[in-house]
Amino acid sequence: MNRPIRVLVAKPGLDGHDRGALIIAQSLRDEGMEVIYTGLRQSPAQIVATAVQEDVDVIGLSCLSGAHNELFPEVIHLLQKEGADDIVVVGGGVIPQTDIPGLLEKGIAKIFTPGTSTKETADFIREAVRKREETL
Amino acid sequence: MSEKNFETLYREWQEKTRELLQKYPEQKERFETLSGLEVDRVYIPDKPGKRETESIGLPGEYPFTRGIRPSMYRSRHWTMRQYAGFGSAEETNRRFRYLLEQGQTGLSVAFDLPTQIGYDSDDPMAAGEVGKVGVAIDSLEDMEKLLKGIPLDRVSTSMTINAPASVLLAMYIAVGEKQGVPSDRLTGTIQNDILKEYIARGTYIFPPQPSMRLITDVFSFCGEHVPRWNTISISGYHIREAGSTAVQEVAFTLADGIAYVEAARSAGLDVDRFAPRLSFFFNAHNHFFEEVAKFRAARRLWARIMKERFGAKDLRSMQLRFHTQTGGSTLTAQQPDNNIVRVTVQALSAVLGGTQSLHTNARDEALALPTEESARIALRTQQILAHESGVTHTVDPLGGSWFVESLTDAIEREAETYIQRIDEMGGAVAAVEQGYMQREIHQAALETQRKIESGEEVVVGLNRYRLEQEAEPELYRLDPALARKQVESLQALRSRRDEVRVQESLERLKRGAAGTDNLMPLILDAVRSYATVGEICHSLRKVFGEYQPIG
Repeated sequence: MNRPIRVLVAKPGLDGHDRGALIIAQSLRDEGMEVIYTGLRQSPAQIVATAVQEDVDVIGLSCLSGAHNELFPEVIHLLQKEGADDIVVVGGGVIPQTDIPGLLEKGIAKIFTPGTSTKETADFIREAVRKREETL
Repeated sequence: MSEKNFETLYREWQEKTRELLQKYPEQKERFETLSGLEVDRVYIPDKPGKRETESIGLPGEYPFTRGIRPSMYRSRHWTMRQYAGFGSAEETNRRFRYLLEQGQTGLSVAFDLPTQIGYDSDDPMAAGEVGKVGVAIDSLEDMEKLLKGIPLDRVSTSMTINAPASVLLAMYIAVGEKQGVPSDRLTGTIQNDILKEYIARGTYIFPPQPSMRLITDVFSFCGEHVPRWNTISISGYHIREAGSTAVQEVAFTLADGIAYVEAARSAGLDVDRFAPRLSFFFNAHNHFFEEVAKFRAARRLWARIMKERFGAKDLRSMQLRFHTQTGGSTLTAQQPDNNIVRVTVQALSAVLGGTQSLHTNARDEALALPTEESARIALRTQQILAHESGVTHTVDPLGGSWFVESLTDAIEREAETYIQRIDEMGGAVAAVEQGYMQREIHQAALETQRKIESGEEVVVGLNRYRLEQEAEPELYRLDPALARKQVESLQALRSRRDEVRVQESLERLKRGAAGTDNLMPLILDAVRSYATVGEICHSLRKVFGEYQPIG
């Protein structure tokens, strides 16, 4: 791929804590990616619409309110409906270990728990996008 | 000033304190160490100079560097006020009663996000969020369930609510009426701090100008009808959690405080009428001495601002009273038991800094809401500090430490520089609208992240001393049926209430919002008719509009 990786960093639901989202957005930019940040209080439908319109490779979802089990799978569901499920979706926030297998099963590529370094996140995204390119 | 002046001050202070203690005695006749050595109320330097006389002073005396009361915790411990709320009103009511039985001395209500942003539980915007980070309150009926069996004339209640603060306060007053407790006997706090929502926390509804009006309407209404209520808790907590430094926490919080005082004065209120009911809310992070100094510096700076800038005459207007919560963002998901130690250090800094009330975070809060067991350990941490550590035996034990006094001066100086810059931008509201504080905090957050990732800042269990395998602790699980039940009970209420009365009260509220009258009586009337939080906020949205954050 010749162009830089495009990432949509999104805050689904009503959670207003965006320190993590803002840090990730800036770190991915520093890693050479193009990053769009949706701002707060986005519905899954709004996030998917923006992702399609902006032609992103990756959506990064951040949620600290405990609503991840409802909101993250809804994003995947809407991407499938739009035929845009080749977009890699990753998530992060306050997410108990026990919830992670269920989220992965529903199609989230990776859940980053608190304490993950921004470098690790960037490396994962690069690798996931490279794999996606191969299968396309 | 000379040495003799401090001596005069000290003699006068001793006299005043003796009189005061006749009315409000200390908890013991004699305070001593475990070896039986007597501990004095306060310690002063052998050779006091200008600094001791003017900027350090004595506890309970302007500029209040050493605390707002002359005997502090020797007379009464801080209020142990653990923040709690989840699921339904009934379930939260059970946790409240449990905490009161365990010796907690004040209530602190956490609301869910839909309530905080003015949506009912059945609003599409509330999907997935009902009852998650706090209790879902849709109408007065929920508030009645939340406070069932809790005597409002004997318990003080803090409610963490901002954009719809006036609505939840109205519900609290209405529950009081039903319990036969008149509003002038209610004690507690509403957070009611909208500026920090734009800066750091994100649960805003309306644009800044109408939000400021709602706040000054509360100041004025409570001045008349709920005189013992703290009408605002100006919050640095969220500013710090968003990533600010300790200096920025003090500076931006006090800059917000200045904006509220100015708004109230422009609304025609006299400073000494409302300023004694202003309260503050700070964070406590791990850098122990900086945190202690931060509280002392904030107190001194605010006293000077109130006296010199706003011409306050009443000493209570100059006293910065504050609640503290230990730092949620300092907790690690890794090895959660280590968080108990972090919380202890942070809580100790708040106590040595002279806090009026304290919330200690639970060890599992980086993972989920606290379990009953971890909530209890968090409360026990405060009780151990209060009863076993002996740090409450003397007032401001670190006062006079060269390090602490020097850090206090430095934080005050740097915070003042920030406040001047914000003044030059036109004050806190203008600075928020330009995104200034938001950018400064974001920069500081990035810097912290960089230091943690490079290992320059050590976080035990996270970037050093990690475990290969970690056991997942037992976490609190919210019953998923609660949200559905909440929606059902809301819809049952809607079909039961007097709809004509509800609609009339909402129409009057809209007309009031378009005018200039105080909105509190209209909100109270709507609440009494069982109009919901969502209906009341939507009525106001129609008139005020919604805030759109800058890019």
